[in-house]
Amino acid sequence: MSDRLYSKDHEWIEMDGDIGTIGVSDHAQEQLGDVVFVELPEIGRAVVQNEEAAVVESVKAASEVYSPVSGEVVEVNETLTDDPAQVNADPHGEGWFIRIRVDDMSQLDGLMDEEAYQEFLAELD
Amino acid sequence: MRYLPHTDADRQAMLGVIGAKSIDDLYVDVPRSALLDAPVDLPHHQGELAVERALSAMADKNLSGANAPFFVGCGAYRHHVPASVDALIQRGEFLTSYTPYQPEVSQGTLQMLFEFQTMVAMLTGMDVANASMYDGASGTAEAVLMANRVTRRHRAVLSGGLHPHYRETVETYARYGDFEIASQTLDPDGVQDLAELIDENTSCVVVQTPDVMGRLRDLTALAEACHAAGALLVAVVTEVVSLGLVTPPGEMGADIVVCEGQSLGNPMGFGGPYVGLFATRDKYVRQMPGRLVGEAHDSEDRRGWVLTLSTREQHIRREKATSNICTNSGLCALAFTIHLSLLGEAGFTGLAGLNHEAAQRAAERLAAIDGVAVLNETYFNEFTLRLPRPAEEVVDALAERGVLGGVPLSRLAPDNPALSDLMVVAATEMTTDEELDVLAGALQEVLS
Amino acid sequence: MTATSSGHRGLVMEEPLLFEQDADGRTGVDLPEAEGRKPKLGGLERKGRIGLPGLSEPQIVRHFTRLSQKNYAIDSGLYPLGSCTMKHNPRLNEKMVRLPGFAMAHPLQPQQTVQGCLELISTLAHWITTLTGMPGVAMSPAAGAHGELAGLMTIRAALTARGDARKTVLVPESAHGTNPATAALCDYKVESIPANERGRIDVDALKAAMSEDVAALMLTNPNTCGLFENEILEVADVLHDAGAFFYGDGANFNAIVGRVRPGDLGIDAMHLNLHKTFSTPHGGGGPGSGPVVLSEPLVPYAPLPYVVADGDGFRMVEHDDSGNSFGRLRSFHGQMGMFVRALAYMMSHGADGLRMVAEDAVLNANYVMARLKDAYNVPFPGPCMHECLFDDHSLKDTGVTTLDIAKGMIDEGFHPMTMYFPLVVHGAMLIEPTETESRESVDQFCDTMLHLMERAKAGDADWFHEAPHLAPWRRLDETAAARRPVLTWKPEEEKGEAA
Ligand SMILES: Cc1ncc(COP(=O)(O)O)c(C=O)c1O
Repeated sequence: MSDRLYSKDHEWIEMDGDIGTIGVSDHAQEQLGDVVFVELPEIGRAVVQNEEAAVVESVKAASEVYSPVSGEVVEVNETLTDDPAQVNADPHGEGWFIRIRVDDMSQLDGLMDEEAYQEFLAELD
Repeated sequence: MRYLPHTDADRQAMLGVIGAKSIDDLYVDVPRSALLDAPVDLPHHQGELAVERALSAMADKNLSGANAPFFVGCGAYRHHVPASVDALIQRGEFLTSYTPYQPEVSQGTLQMLFEFQTMVAMLTGMDVANASMYDGASGTAEAVLMANRVTRRHRAVLSGGLHPHYRETVETYARYGDFEIASQTLDPDGVQDLAELIDENTSCVVVQTPDVMGRLRDLTALAEACHAAGALLVAVVTEVVSLGLVTPPGEMGADIVVCEGQSLGNPMGFGGPYVGLFATRDKYVRQMPGRLVGEAHDSEDRRGWVLTLSTREQHIRREKATSNICTNSGLCALAFTIHLSLLGEAGFTGLAGLNHEAAQRAAERLAAIDGVAVLNETYFNEFTLRLPRPAEEVVDALAERGVLGGVPLSRLAPDNPALSDLMVVAATEMTTDEELDVLAGALQEVLS
Repeated sequence: MTATSSGHRGLVMEEPLLFEQDADGRTGVDLPEAEGRKPKLGGLERKGRIGLPGLSEPQIVRHFTRLSQKNYAIDSGLYPLGSCTMKHNPRLNEKMVRLPGFAMAHPLQPQQTVQGCLELISTLAHWITTLTGMPGVAMSPAAGAHGELAGLMTIRAALTARGDARKTVLVPESAHGTNPATAALCDYKVESIPANERGRIDVDALKAAMSEDVAALMLTNPNTCGLFENEILEVADVLHDAGAFFYGDGANFNAIVGRVRPGDLGIDAMHLNLHKTFSTPHGGGGPGSGPVVLSEPLVPYAPLPYVVADGDGFRMVEHDDSGNSFGRLRSFHGQMGMFVRALAYMMSHGADGLRMVAEDAVLNANYVMARLKDAYNVPFPGPCMHECLFDDHSLKDTGVTTLDIAKGMIDEGFHPMTMYFPLVVHGAMLIEPTETESRESVDQFCDTMLHLMERAKAGDADWFHEAPHLAPWRRLDETAAARRPVLTWKPEEEKGEAA
């Protein structure tokens, strides 16, 4: 079991100290279809919990990626610009979007662990 | 009714299949008070001949570039359109198809638009162009909106030489789109400095060349000033034929180029439909308005074309779209593309040369009239005359003599008294020596 | 597919790009020699080549003829694209617009020299206001979306004039994308109103969303599910009671022209797409024309310019001294070429014929619905208006999607219906046959649709996934095209540099 936590909007976050890596879940990438473009925020930008941090596009859809917690962007996955397909191929690994320095660790408490997220998905069907 | 195939027997049989007694049964959801039981108060149907006679009678009331000596420009120009242009655009497969949403059965339109985009990029000296806007003025407003998005700033500087219709259009979009405009007033006596109006909130400077008086402008220094201040340069061209002879805005540093494309392939047609050309740099392509066609391959690896980068557009992005445009100017873009391909490199530059020479002949001839002065030091195919009397009166007096002599600038900008004696005169490859003789004679008579 | 040595396949010809047929010294025009005057360009002469290709006229005629043969069109078959009203485009219209008195008239000629043009605009405006039962019309918008913009700006100008700074526009979920995009362009916040279980706007949700901040509702009627908004009078009351305006999207006016006047429904502003209801050609994506009709309280704020009858003549008002008009939206006066075509169409049909247009359009759509309803799931029961909506429920467990059905239709010789719009149902298929299709043609279409569903149910998913098999092109890879966009042709040497 990983330490990945999930939001209801299908983003995940994995913590290392106060730095959280954020991406979209396997379920989200499947719903989106083939990703053709990813728009990433500038480094240093403050992102707010449940507000737009990035945009991910397929041929026929564009979706916002919401940040599961608030913080400051410290790193973005530049390789997605040239190879957005990584979001589909490896959503939980190479397909990560951004790293942020989390403002308030207590915001993590509201997120789901793997098991809870799987249950949440099962209920969606 | 010649356009309606159903017979009464068809209608009855179809109602039977539907399980309805009458057509009115199908309108049950309409509030009874709003359902009309009789035709509205308008004439009843007519055959082709009657309609043709009625509309021809209206057309015959107009003086036009077809039957009068003609020197009118300022954003729409009389050019010769080769016969094959009209024959080809009337092919039903082009004329009566919709937006190419289904690429497998729309490759004709898609390939044509890819050719159009390429030609527009070539002419303007830019990297990419879209599949057209409504016209030059609305395209200019869209360019300002795009510059606002790119720079995240909200103030546009507009040159005094910008066609007043374009300026007013941008002002309208600004008033309701919540951004600021700093407009220069047109100065007939010289080209004004624009760089001094740029500040840290400026998203773009919009400048037209040739300007509404026909004067050409080197944009290089202005582009540098824009870029130094983090703003974009939007260049506007209302006479696209000028690009056959003049350095394209892209080579002078423009970031967005908008042109009115009417001159190629499209009749003046009393103002529309025309075709807005919209070109920019690769790095800004995701902020562009309008449709884009891109190269693709099918499952047998044959090259084809598709609509692409559609997530910018209203049907996907809705309130976050880069523009609300849906229907554009497809058929006018086709006419443009066919005309320009008939011309080719040699024909297009040659045509531009003929226009420039026609204007020179006209300028020399008219400047020789007592009291008339040509204000332009530079021009392409139109120039501005200073007259000894209000230009509007002169133009009306010429019209009484059956001559369409030009555009009084006061018609476009009635609030600027400095323009009241100025008339813009355009000449093209269609202008004959006889027409020029008639204009010169009539002008002399009117002014004496 | 059988390979041929030429690449052509019968009547479908391979055709390279214009740029790939370039030869130096070829041209499609013969121009007179220049005199060789010294330029007056202030040193701004173009230095380099443009890069335009050189071809002769026969090559160009063949090029564009071959391209045209790769397009589906109304002229070749039924084009059931919902919400687009792909009806027959009469050729009389084309002949009329080419009359030199219209085609060669310049928009800035003195007005006394273009009285025929102004008369035409004024006559068309009279037909439009009479058919819609509205007191005024702004003629200049270039297409439907541009008409929406004109309408919302007029509303905002009227609100501003009464000192009312409302910031929200309500848009139903089922709305066309141009509605929210237009509202955003006018700097309005867009709030979405759900549909009820009958596919209409949920009036309770509308009431709940109403506030002093709501400037307008944008409602398409008949709506994008092909249904008449039967509670429209109540909707109008809810809006007007709260001081808001009612914007009607008239893209679907074809269903009601001559039978229902929007002016009797409480609408304040509504655009008409002349390129839909009034048969002006779509031309592969445009041009269009989107006049917007206005109610009494909005008329003073209409955009410039407009035509008024004045003494025995007509006058174009290009500048507004009252300061009420919200301004100009484009160069010149509007899509005159579309006006001529639309008026030719209206005069041909007359008040009596236009009623029949609406009735036959509604009849054809209900007929399609009746014939397909056992095979394709109808999410909202009829009667429908000029188009009928199905969802993909019937395709469940077949492995075939709405997209696959669409591509299967191509093999069967039909242009696909509108797919995945409106967004309120899953896998939407929106079918609009229009009134200019004969019963035989509609029957053949229905037979084909039934056959496709049978085929899907019979487990032929693989065939669908590979479709179209018989079109000039197979399915194109839109994903790869979007990941690495190639938007212009470049000569080989430049391509090399870029790589
Ligand atoms: C319901 C609806 N509204 C608005 C529009 C936009 O009209 P246009 O494409 O003329 O801008 C359309 C066109 O497809 C439509 O179907």
